[in-house]
Amino acid sequence: MSESAAAPTGPRADVIDEPGMPTPVPEVAPELAEFWAATSQGRLLLRRCTACGEAIWYPRPICPFCHSTATVWEQASGSGHIYTFSVVRRGIGAYADAPYVLAYVQLAEGPRVMTNIVDCDLDSVRIGQEVELVFHRASESTALPRFRPVTRSGA
Amino acid sequence: MSIRGKAYIVGAFEHPKRKLPDISVAQLHGEVALGAIQDAGLSLSDVDGLFTGRDAPGVGGLSVADYLGLRLTYMDSTECGGASPLYHVGHAAAAIAMGKCNVALITLAGKARGGGGGGVAPPEDPFETIFGARPPLASYALAATRHMYEYGTTSAQLAEVKVAASLHAQHNPNAYLQKPMTVDDVLNSPMVADPLHRGDCCVVTDGGGAIVVVSPEIARDLPRWSVKVLGHGEAPKTSDGGKVDVTFTGAAYAAPPAFAEAGVTPADINYASIYDSFTIAVIEQLEGLGFCERGQGGRFVENGGLVAPFGALPFNTDGGGLCNNHPSNRGGITKIIEAVRQLRGEAAPAVQVRDCELALVSGIGGDLAARMRSAVLVLGQEDA
Repeated sequence: MSESAAAPTGPRADVIDEPGMPTPVPEVAPELAEFWAATSQGRLLLRRCTACGEAIWYPRPICPFCHSTATVWEQASGSGHIYTFSVVRRGIGAYADAPYVLAYVQLAEGPRVMTNIVDCDLDSVRIGQEVELVFHRASESTALPRFRPVTRSGA
Repeated sequence: MSIRGKAYIVGAFEHPKRKLPDISVAQLHGEVALGAIQDAGLSLSDVDGLFTGRDAPGVGGLSVADYLGLRLTYMDSTECGGASPLYHVGHAAAAIAMGKCNVALITLAGKARGGGGGGVAPPEDPFETIFGARPPLASYALAATRHMYEYGTTSAQLAEVKVAASLHAQHNPNAYLQKPMTVDDVLNSPMVADPLHRGDCCVVTDGGGAIVVVSPEIARDLPRWSVKVLGHGEAPKTSDGGKVDVTFTGAAYAAPPAFAEAGVTPADINYASIYDSFTIAVIEQLEGLGFCERGQGGRFVENGGLVAPFGALPFNTDGGGLCNNHPSNRGGITKIIEAVRQLRGEAAPAVQVRDCELALVSGIGGDLAARMRSAVLVLGQEDA
């Protein structure tokens, strides 16, 4: 992506090296190399359309809203809330050792991203719950963006 | 009738590069699409028909439609090797001649220098599947959780869908599950992906089915009762660039053109075959098809609303995918077949809808939580 030279840098989320749950290695599309490199550093990038202003998820160079190619990277804050979730008790493939929490988290920037809720009591997950970004390392150069409940002091 | 003069090619674009290590196949489809549409002096927002072969990433054109944010009324993924785009021009011209779409986009793109061939993984995989979004029940569960949250839909209401299917299946000697079930039976079955129980899921079966469609002239001379095709609508529902809404299905887009073409309304339908891979799918389709208001699907199925022959909308009288058959994990063909039986008056006597003149078939392919293809058929008796 040609506009990506001045990629943002900002606060970094934790990158957990041995997450203790399945963390498959993503296939890195060439135009998303920068996105995945950032995950490895604890940063979640969004693609933003400079023509219509929308944040785009999953990331891609062509805006699916207005079809402009004037899209750029920006760093997501890493905060959001749970839009919907399921405790999956019959996983398959890498996730055969269920249960795990599959969810859509609505980022503070707007997009709803599919992910897992981790570091949580399975029975306590709720729609609307505030969550924060944490990365689980998948390979030397990639990590998966997952989310954990925001814990407040005394909670 | 022919396609002669009914359609024009107005845009064409060949990607200038011969080595493309720096972009994905999905992006390559996107770039050629933009090139051709700009050559035509149009916008991708104008595209309402998409034609792709096996070189498109994922299954059919759905991932390309999602990637580009297309709003389609017609999609064709006929795979005929290198000749596919020629088939597509012919099919696109026929679709345009019949008013099914107005601006058809045909793409062919791939990266043969990287080796491979065969299928291309969809671009969404590293953002969805990688988190355990397969098996399908996981994504349907995401939809159910949110539908319950927004509309107060209950597990007991979901179970009512299974109960209705099971009451029908007891009259089908070929059904995989033939024993009538109660709401409690479903609620007491193991949780597989909260809030979905095992009883909310369809059966897994071997099997299959087939359909024959002919011209009116041939139908007229055949001895059997024939079923008239009155209307068809279709649409993909995409993840909308991150604005995904899991509480409705593509039936909300596919139903209006099908009803319009048939010249009927939901109130006119006597019987419905509704894709029932999971109970929540039926609830959301009932709403999108217009049989009830959005959010009211759970209430609609209470008190035997789906039970033949006297419910408000008798559905899946063969027992559906939930109890009878879901061959190859695909429920579409059995949905059409049972609608044909109803319109011929050949359903099991206990579930045959009296004076069944009009039937609807609703199918979804994909998943409730991210993206799907949806199609709706309106079928009628021979003299409808």
